[in-house]
Amino acid sequence: MKFVDEFRDLAKARTLVEKIRSLVPQIPVCKQRPLQLMEVCGGHTHTIFKYGIEQLLPEAVELVHGPGCPVCVLPMGRLDDCVALAERPNLIFTTFGDAMRVPGSKKSLLEAKAEGADIRMVYSPMDALKIAREHPEREVVFFALGFETTMPSTAFTILRAEAERIENFSVFCNHITIVPTIKAILDSPELTLDGFLGPGHVSMVIGTGPYEFIANHYQKPLVVSGFEPLDILQSIWMVLKQLAEGRSQVENQYRRVVPDGGNAVALRAVHRVFRLREFFEWRGLGSIDHSGIGLRPAYARFDAEQRYPVPNLRIADPKSCQCGEVLKGVIKPSQCKVFGTACTPEKPLGSLMVSSEGACAALYQYGRIDLGKNVRNHGERSIGTRSA
Amino acid sequence: MSETAFKKETRLRLRSGKVRGETITLAHGGGGKAMHDLIDDVFVRSFANPALAPLEDQARFALADLARGGDRLAFTTDSYVVDPLFFPGGDIGKLAVNGTINDLAVSGARPLYLSCGVILEEGFPIAEMRRIAASMQAAAEIAGVQIVTGDTKVVPRGSADKLFINTSGVGVIPRGVQIAAERARPGDRILVNGFIGDHGVAILAAREDLALDVPIASDTRALHGLVGALLKACPDVHCLRDATRGGIATVLNEFAETSGLCMNLSESAIPVREAVKGVSEILGLDPLYFANEGKLVALVPGDRAETALAAMRAHPAGTDSAIIGEVGESPEGTVILHTGFGGERIVDMLVGEQLPRIC
Repeated sequence: MKFVDEFRDLAKARTLVEKIRSLVPQIPVCKQRPLQLMEVCGGHTHTIFKYGIEQLLPEAVELVHGPGCPVCVLPMGRLDDCVALAERPNLIFTTFGDAMRVPGSKKSLLEAKAEGADIRMVYSPMDALKIAREHPEREVVFFALGFETTMPSTAFTILRAEAERIENFSVFCNHITIVPTIKAILDSPELTLDGFLGPGHVSMVIGTGPYEFIANHYQKPLVVSGFEPLDILQSIWMVLKQLAEGRSQVENQYRRVVPDGGNAVALRAVHRVFRLREFFEWRGLGSIDHSGIGLRPAYARFDAEQRYPVPNLRIADPKSCQCGEVLKGVIKPSQCKVFGTACTPEKPLGSLMVSSEGACAALYQYGRIDLGKNVRNHGERSIGTRSA
Repeated sequence: MSETAFKKETRLRLRSGKVRGETITLAHGGGGKAMHDLIDDVFVRSFANPALAPLEDQARFALADLARGGDRLAFTTDSYVVDPLFFPGGDIGKLAVNGTINDLAVSGARPLYLSCGVILEEGFPIAEMRRIAASMQAAAEIAGVQIVTGDTKVVPRGSADKLFINTSGVGVIPRGVQIAAERARPGDRILVNGFIGDHGVAILAAREDLALDVPIASDTRALHGLVGALLKACPDVHCLRDATRGGIATVLNEFAETSGLCMNLSESAIPVREAVKGVSEILGLDPLYFANEGKLVALVPGDRAETALAAMRAHPAGTDSAIIGEVGESPEGTVILHTGFGGERIVDMLVGEQLPRIC
């Protein structure tokens, strides 16, 4: 396929891997321990497992799968809030497909739907607004989720709802911003990270400027990366080249999509509608200051948390769950006590097993040949679309 | 009795009921005149054939006729709930006929007779029911099978979504044909009869909530002709299954699980249309799991693979057939995709449904 196959060319990948390999002896830290690079974004994690990129890399280069899967870092209590909203009479709860199967403390949205809640999968918040327009007698809530990638579309939808004076539409806002979380990880005493692959789609909106402190203050190289396997390999090579040359800079490998200055129109809409919350709970990482996004008071009527009572309870993760340590790169997914046994995509205990962008689900789905574990699942096989 | 005499007989026995009104009401399932009129006017008229004509509570066949075709009966059932009812390349009726025929065909059987049970939601347009019944008959005629018995139920509005169809089918398996998942052997080649995922993408695109404009039609078609050609060229076909819900990934997992062997797939050999690849990329879905309605996966002995492939390609339902992989011994019970990128990954049973990624 055009513009896709070019970025999956094995011969070019091998050339890049050789270039990566030849840099390793020039990097001082590699003499003591393997290099650790964190890919921040869940989309990168998915590509890395899907294409077996870790199998191609030299042993001296390790990838740590970061917190950039918005579904994975959502605390269980927020899921319970979703279910509580969805179960309100006369309410239509709309959500991206990813969030449907994430377990709450009692049930997932998929289970709530089966029990009768009117929950509808949408592909854009504009679809949710359309539902509100078509059902003026019902209340419609959109479950807004994701980093800066999805924030502009939520913002534009709210602005549209305001312009059209649509009264029965609101947003349960769970947007988060990645930069404070990278800072929290960099401040963690357990840290051994040597460099970062920066998120591609987030950067398309915010540009490369917000990462400068990582290079300047923490002296870690960061390369904003695309999502195809050759993008990832080239970005890894770029990080290693910086390390070999003793540099720490923010570089942009994903220039075909990411302008250094970001998207000014999208950012204006985001700033108009959203504000930073004082703090926000991340699953596995705990509360991180100024990492959550809420609606500005001027848009309170579009804020589901203002319109409806939301339980807002804090639910502790199951004790056996080690998602936090995996997210910080302290352990690998396969080192978690419950990986592939008590915790599988079919019955996920931890959030990293839920979304295909979660490190554990990606490893379980694509990487188990190496693990020598052949845990088969015999789960439900229903297809959402009634195709027969 | 001659064929002409049969037709005359059928016509005489046809009750002359005429359905009134434009929508299905509860009365059409009530057992009274309205129901008889609906059955006569829509179903009997569409499906007219000697076995259906007497309108007894069951169709009857002579055992001797069946025995001439083989030594075993194949019997199957499937229910059809597709939404939307009409989509590029077909409709629920065509699907209900071809789908059940294919479930028979992959045993090697020659499909002969189908039943047709419909569950209608009150308020369903009679014109659409007529159109769907005609489509069923057209598909049956193309495939050379007869719809010989049926049932109609109507449920109150909201108790079912528009229309559901169940079809059961009977066919005869020729002597000597032994197709079963447990017969997979290391060294067998894996064949598919053309582009995968067309039906799944056609349905996704036909749904209003996804404003996707994709030039893809459902691949629904009967496959027993193709199976016949394949068996003629390669009588020792080990495994055969049609890859409907869950796609070829599911069928291959079933083969792997039953046989305890490893299904090795070569990603670059699997026929997938550019548009289907595009939809998969946009939505973050995997075409290996997309539904098909006219695709089968065959396992044949390695030394017969090229012959089997040539026979399949010579048949209209198999022009784009390809050898997509080979059966190995380990890791046991597993499907492995060898990617174009030089890596390997497990293709597992789908857990839940394929949910699109958000970013």
